[in-house]
Amino acid sequence: MTDLGRGHRQPYRVLGEGLIDRHRALSFRFDGKTLTGFAGDTLASALLASGIHVVGRSFKYHRPRGIVTAGSDEPNALVELRTGARREPNTRATVIELFEGLDASSQNRWPSLQFDVGAINSLLSPLFVAGFYYKTFMWPASFWEKFYEPLIRRAAGLGRASLEADPDHYEKETAFCDVLVVGGGPAGLAAALNSARSGARVILCDEDFQFGGRLNAEHLHIGGLTAAQWARRVESELAQMSEVTLLPRTTLFGAYDGNTFGAVERVADHLLTPALHQPRQRLWRIIAKRTILAAGSIERPIVFGGNDLPGVMLASAARTYLNRFCVALGRRVAVFTTTDEGWKTAVDLHSAGVAVEVVVDSRAEIKPALLSAAQRLGLRVMAGAQVIEARGARRVHGIMVRDNRGRLIRFQVDSVAMAGGWNPNMALSTHLGARPRWSERISAYVPAETLSNMAVVGAANGSLALGEALREGFLAGRTAVETLGFSAAAEETVSAEEDSVEAAPLWYAHRCRRKAFVDFQHDVTRADIEIAAREGFRSLELLKRYTTLGMGTDQGKTSNSNGAALVSALTEREIPALGTTMFRPPYTPIAMGTLAGHHRGRDFKPTRLTPAYHWAHEQGAAFVESGQWLRARWFAQPGSKIGWQPSLARSKQSDQAWEFAMSQRWERSSYRDPMLPYS
Amino acid sequence: MRILCPFCGERASSEFAYLGDASAARADPQGTEAMARFLEAVYFRENPAGVHTELWYHESGCRSWLRVKRDTCSHQIFDVAYAKEALRT
Repeated sequence: MTDLGRGHRQPYRVLGEGLIDRHRALSFRFDGKTLTGFAGDTLASALLASGIHVVGRSFKYHRPRGIVTAGSDEPNALVELRTGARREPNTRATVIELFEGLDASSQNRWPSLQFDVGAINSLLSPLFVAGFYYKTFMWPASFWEKFYEPLIRRAAGLGRASLEADPDHYEKETAFCDVLVVGGGPAGLAAALNSARSGARVILCDEDFQFGGRLNAEHLHIGGLTAAQWARRVESELAQMSEVTLLPRTTLFGAYDGNTFGAVERVADHLLTPALHQPRQRLWRIIAKRTILAAGSIERPIVFGGNDLPGVMLASAARTYLNRFCVALGRRVAVFTTTDEGWKTAVDLHSAGVAVEVVVDSRAEIKPALLSAAQRLGLRVMAGAQVIEARGARRVHGIMVRDNRGRLIRFQVDSVAMAGGWNPNMALSTHLGARPRWSERISAYVPAETLSNMAVVGAANGSLALGEALREGFLAGRTAVETLGFSAAAEETVSAEEDSVEAAPLWYAHRCRRKAFVDFQHDVTRADIEIAAREGFRSLELLKRYTTLGMGTDQGKTSNSNGAALVSALTEREIPALGTTMFRPPYTPIAMGTLAGHHRGRDFKPTRLTPAYHWAHEQGAAFVESGQWLRARWFAQPGSKIGWQPSLARSKQSDQAWEFAMSQRWERSSYRDPMLPYS
Repeated sequence: MRILCPFCGERASSEFAYLGDASAARADPQGTEAMARFLEAVYFRENPAGVHTELWYHESGCRSWLRVKRDTCSHQIFDVAYAKEALRT
């Protein structure tokens, strides 16, 4: 592969259009090393382009970890962003928009990312099983507070918060609208377009800096345009409408009663420092008459041995990096899929010039169309086979595949794209207590059928095909405005591909020997869940707390469903019979500063002034805070420099005697709050 | 939570002050067993998980007293009226 990073040493950058600007190179630092990316990159895509695949160490075993996803569901690639007072821990590299001068460092490693002393935990892993804290640190009881807890606290945790005061400021805003559209993918754009054309007040928000969702990441066509072009066209039409508010870089984090929603807009997070008077982030309170949830879906990883090695990535993320950012995840790739969509990754990678060594599909029967397409490209296909383990130290070096006749075959690859099916991203629909229901069709939970004032459309509703998502979006947009009394505009029909999305879930690869991770962020392996189930933790809620499955900062976005499936198999119950763990706000972590807004330091409470304040101020009073009130504490006499003692002493004519008297008095009353007025 | 004030329109609950159960009636101090009835009205109140009728004061708005029927679990509001009107009926 030639260097397509325009001489900036980006060995994994490939040819293609994408949504990056190759004429604007941005330099940034990762662990002190200066690297280059392009405008339009995320930190993750720029790191991958530069060939940096190990970006962090895991929580418990300190195993090297790479980038798994291309969105806010990322469990692994947590980095510390910026330095000094602006240092921010646990930010996901996959959602950080690259800017000139960005400075990030890896976390949870000592002394360095490549060599980490804590990795010895991996050898001690028999000690660190599920419920490790509960079992190991039991006795003697008196050791807990003095010894165990400080020890655990030092060893655990991910990033370090800055101990300096935050120099930036944060704003709050309240907005009202007729229709709130959450998510700017195909369904969301269609819904926003149809409701906005009726003249209704519409707010469209998306957590990405670019509207379009999967339209930016796939080779799809809508009405004669490429999907990305269609997204740009809809976005520009929406931007011209006066009643529409477009909020990119905005995460809707919670649904609250009274049709109220909370959102965080990252106003200046993509800049080195905010401009003068520009807030860093803005907390939105949005009151919407109707809400259309089009938050898309999250791809499931597959649980197989060594599935946490850098180089193993979700197939959809591999497509996103390739098509949107023009970055290949490796040089020799294996695709491990349980869905038709995984095949798209194989085809896309192959046409970008990446060697696809093998396509492993766990399903015994595969559509002839897919097979013939693969045959045309000369791809090696293994049906009814499973990748049972990935091997390597700091990067995948090879995989072991068990074929449909039980033979083990080894492949030399440096990365694996895994496609385990999709989980609709319907967290917001459950915040107010609605229980999701199990869909046999896509083997995942989908939103409840009846939700007040909310419609769920597209992949968030389990409608994974593009044409279906667009139709649902248009329809939901029209229905929402019609119930509010607007007359909907003429129907737009767009022709779009019905991409095939069939899937048969494979929750875990069978008979693999190496550690197979279910929760990457909290290092919960398949063995941990087996132990917990054996010890009687049959309830998902208990098992979750015992093993810490899904309790990381990602809240199990990629791990909960695989964990539930494992428990279901171990306890021989159907997945829906286990019950669901409910989602609570916030959807992604929120900085405390954003919630506080301007209410911090002196502005935490109003400062109240007595009627005599101005008079006292003129007399040179020194004030004391008494609750919210400012009270005159003493009046400095002319000529005295500072403090109340000289002022009073002067009037007594005897400095020494007075100081002695006062010191005695202070001593006797030293238990008093010195901030209270002296009486 | 948002309350539909009959005078101001729909407002955020942060504009209102809460005063509890609207069904607790003050006892007649001259009546029989006045003490027991006061005790009943002041201390022995229902705290239902479900539909509850309660008094809200629109402190940062029109300053009217409202009688609000609300589900204490889901925060759904069924009915809002001026407290004095509710008294008359």
